[in-house]
Amino acid sequence: MAEIKVGAYICKGCGLGERLNIAALEGTAKKAGKANVVRSHDFLCSQDGVALIQADINQEGVNRVMIAGCSRRAKTEAFNFDGVSISRANLREGVIWIRPDTADAKETTQDMAQDYVAMSCAEVRRMTPPTANDKAQLNRQVLVVGGGISGMTAALEIARAGYKATLVEKSAALGGWAGKLYRRVADRYPYADPQSNGVAELAAAIQAEPGITVRLNTLVARTDGAPGRFVVALASESGETVEETFGAIVQASGFNRYDLANLPEMGGGALPDVIDQAGLEALAVAANGGAIKRPSDGKEVTSVAFVQCAGQRSEKPGHLPYCSGFCCTTSIKQAMYFKDRNPDVDTVILYTDLRTPGVAGEDFYRSGQRKGVTFTKGVVSGVSQQGRGPVVAFHDEILNEDVNLDVDLVVLATGQVANAGVNIDIPPQADGQPAAGQPVSILNLGYRQGPDLPQLKHGFADSHFICFPYETRRTGIYTAGPVRRPMDIAQAQEDATGAALKAIQALENAGLGRAAHPRSGDLSFPSFRREGCTQCKRCTVECPFGAIDEDEQRYPQFNEARCRRCGTCMGACPVRVISFENYSVETVGQQVKAVEMPDEFSDKPRTRILVLACENDAYPALDMAGQNRIEYSPFVRIIPVRCLGSVNTIWITDALNSGYDGILLMGCQKGDNYQCHFVKGSEMAHYRMSKIGDTLKGMNLEVERVTTYEVAITDIQRIPALLNDYAATIEKIGLNPLKDF
Amino acid sequence: MTDVIATNQTILVVGGGISGMTAALEAAECGKQVVLLEKNPSTGGRVSQLYKYFPKLCFPTCGLEINLRRLKANRNIRLLTMAEVEQVTGSPGDFTVTVRIRPRFVTEACTACGDCAKAVTSEFPNEFDYGMSQRKGAYLPHNLAYPSRYVLDARVAGTAEGQAAKAACKVGAIDLDQKEEVITLKAGAIIWATGWKPYDAAKIQPYGYDRFANVITSVEFERMLDPFGPTQGKIRRPSDGATPKNIAFIQCAGSRDRNHLKQCSRICCMATLKQTTYVREQLGDAAQSSVYYIDIRAIDRIDDFHRRVKEDPNVTFVKSKVASITRDKASNDLFLNGVNTEGYHRYSNRHDLVVLAVGMEPSVPAGTIPAQVRANPHGFIELDPATGIFGAGVSSEALDVNRAVQNATAAALRAIQVVNRVAGAEG
Repeated sequence: MAEIKVGAYICKGCGLGERLNIAALEGTAKKAGKANVVRSHDFLCSQDGVALIQADINQEGVNRVMIAGCSRRAKTEAFNFDGVSISRANLREGVIWIRPDTADAKETTQDMAQDYVAMSCAEVRRMTPPTANDKAQLNRQVLVVGGGISGMTAALEIARAGYKATLVEKSAALGGWAGKLYRRVADRYPYADPQSNGVAELAAAIQAEPGITVRLNTLVARTDGAPGRFVVALASESGETVEETFGAIVQASGFNRYDLANLPEMGGGALPDVIDQAGLEALAVAANGGAIKRPSDGKEVTSVAFVQCAGQRSEKPGHLPYCSGFCCTTSIKQAMYFKDRNPDVDTVILYTDLRTPGVAGEDFYRSGQRKGVTFTKGVVSGVSQQGRGPVVAFHDEILNEDVNLDVDLVVLATGQVANAGVNIDIPPQADGQPAAGQPVSILNLGYRQGPDLPQLKHGFADSHFICFPYETRRTGIYTAGPVRRPMDIAQAQEDATGAALKAIQALENAGLGRAAHPRSGDLSFPSFRREGCTQCKRCTVECPFGAIDEDEQRYPQFNEARCRRCGTCMGACPVRVISFENYSVETVGQQVKAVEMPDEFSDKPRTRILVLACENDAYPALDMAGQNRIEYSPFVRIIPVRCLGSVNTIWITDALNSGYDGILLMGCQKGDNYQCHFVKGSEMAHYRMSKIGDTLKGMNLEVERVTTYEVAITDIQRIPALLNDYAATIEKIGLNPLKDF
Repeated sequence: MTDVIATNQTILVVGGGISGMTAALEAAECGKQVVLLEKNPSTGGRVSQLYKYFPKLCFPTCGLEINLRRLKANRNIRLLTMAEVEQVTGSPGDFTVTVRIRPRFVTEACTACGDCAKAVTSEFPNEFDYGMSQRKGAYLPHNLAYPSRYVLDARVAGTAEGQAAKAACKVGAIDLDQKEEVITLKAGAIIWATGWKPYDAAKIQPYGYDRFANVITSVEFERMLDPFGPTQGKIRRPSDGATPKNIAFIQCAGSRDRNHLKQCSRICCMATLKQTTYVREQLGDAAQSSVYYIDIRAIDRIDDFHRRVKEDPNVTFVKSKVASITRDKASNDLFLNGVNTEGYHRYSNRHDLVVLAVGMEPSVPAGTIPAQVRANPHGFIELDPATGIFGAGVSSEALDVNRAVQNATAAALRAIQVVNRVAGAEG
């Protein structure tokens, strides 16, 4: 490895030259920062400035570049050098823009800037330009689990992009629920009539596609490995198991039918002429364009009531608390089955909120109205059998009256129940088997953290993020269709296409050893010093992405391609054996130590506060505070961290021992509506810091000396206020008694 | 002269809102070359003007920051701002696109230091705040604007103020001689992610948006909550700056209506439910919210958000399409007139602020999008792989953010399929 050579470049632009003593900063870079080359420039981000740095890289062998100027979030296009590590001392947004330009403030402002220069020099010296994992493998084959319309679509879209797909279906035929439909809702303008379910055409396209292998009557017996090298055992009904490797996985395991027996008050499971929407599809398929006949006596149906939200949008036990989204248009479509053949059939849709969104939904709704379907806002209290047919009792919300409606047939619009496999949040039994009542596993992952994907809510294996619907907590495995969220066919096909892209992206990333979202493109991965490990398992348990397994000797086994580079493992490790090439206990620890602590003989204000700020939210907010020239305390020294989860408590204890008076952690919101980009990082940090109270007491320090805040990127005004308040608190409790030891 | 390297394996993404950014990033992170066009001076689109997202009540700028980081880190994407498509010719795998680029008068040398803004005094209605505030003639569109470069308004560029701005810029980033440019690009596939605009509320005459100060739109209400917005984050009546006590939200304002937009815009119910939580959060028990609706469309697993809002005693739901709004001249309060269809009661309810939940209209009218595109009469693009031009996000259907991003991700794959075929054909 080449000798480390640090080049420190100090910018004089944007007022830095006027506000700061640049020569002193150069001195800091030379002495405290031990930089081999130190230069300043009027506008470092100009072509000339960039060329200056590039020339040192080319001719002087500079391989660690420290740039002191604007924030690491600014001018990234200019400061984009290959093959070197780069650190940025934030003197603009982080110093001169948040300090008043007054004679009084001059010294503290300069101190701040000098510390940041020293810190960034210390950081970059410990960074190594990441090189991709040598275990990176490119595998262009995607496993698609589930042969319904979502899985079929995903397989086809993958193959059409030039990749290969293996489509695994547990039953004897492709098509899933969609294949059982008589017709589907229109997906084209004018969105007026039911149309072919499209499954036969899709199946034919799949058959004609050489890039797709279909395996029917097959289950996933075991999934091991990581993106680029998933090893999957596929078990066929005949008892034969084959092992194949895949680059990525799409899980399109769909939904299960809601059990009508949960709705006895609606006649569910008890009355023969009370059926669900799937039941009506079966009747329509049987009728094949002829008159639909009811199950009890085969009488041609002349009146039908559709009860929306049956067992849905309800907190009652056994009911589904959510809206399934597809059922309103499905009932309209099914009413059309009757109306299109015979307009005299009475079709009534009883609803509380009719939910037909968008162009497609609203046009289809209007088409139903034109065809004479009746829509009644009513709350159904029960369905009973009187005489030869069912009677629906409901309160008409418009006319404000109770009505008993005699019909030939009742269709209960029940919801989708996600088929997501084992809920891994329910602890398994002592022998490791899933708890009683758990469904069978879909993927049978051989992961330390459980056999299936984590579920978000109500059993759906969805992303938690609004901006990132394909965010997955198991890298390289993407859910699509109703296993992810209740949805109709049109949405499921869109979803499957999107999931297909993510699968392709995951295998391409794995092939290059690159991280997936949100640290897309990061080539670093955790390295681990085995000899120091105490096998405490914190890293394997706390990894938000289930990336770390345990080997036969119970040491952590890192699966780099599953890793998202958040550093939660690094934060968890009590013996500090986990690090990244460009981010480690050292890169931050040395920054903590690089801050100059004025001693007891100094005439300078001596308070120093360390702020560890999440780089995704808190740090940008601090930058924007600078942009808006919002002042804050000159005694804070801010270090951005990948995620609060990566904060190792050694940084805290080292900081206290080296004389910081207070330590603030700023991370994202935790809890149910967490905003942490690494899922659990912020929560882990809060948990770890809650335990640090004992350490503080052991050191005879006040608990306020370590404080954790949840902040958001919009807290542009709040964060400076928090910093100032905290500085006042420290002022009150006094300097750290360990300061001068 | 703007220099762009593009080939028939390049994916052109039109629109730099969340859908376009997503499509561009997803394709680029698969290794594809992408040119991303945005007509405004910065990316982020409509969502960057929102205060919070439903149902998590998290902040759109949080996701924007992540996407910007992805964008900054990715060398496969070339971003052109203030750029609009003029013409598309050719066929899938071989498009030629004419792009018109308006002058920014500020070059890439800009460091966003803000010196030019100090030198300029003229002010103009701030587009980012829907004209509810004023901005300087040299400006950064918003806090998270990317590219992080100032813009010199064309109206001051040729004046003495333009010269003053130029003189103030120490990096020489102001180029007053910049002219409008027309460039041509090659592209293998095109993703059309031009998004939406709020329906023009003035067209809904009975609601008096153009006549009554205290009738505002949902997107304007959203801007009020931004601490850097027109009211510094405070919910205020435009007429007198007073804090409202009795706010009405009118659903389907211009949506689900034969005279206006026929479609249901999908987001407005959830947006209103979300906005009632702003009222609750900021004004507590001092303010009431009333929601006038046809159906509350809180679709799928976010329905529990609807339930939570219904539990708030300060939020009332009235099933009614409001017929008209009249104003009390003395107080500038408003009377909402109509019939509550639950029981057919006629009402005339007094409110001191009315928020119209306006619908989504495609940003680019159907007639002006490339002729090859298959759009339905509502102006939304339908999927037709044969065209090689794919809608993404709200250009394809009224969608919420989550679905728009999902749709944009799918569009990225469709575009990749085309360019991969080209690559295959070219060996």
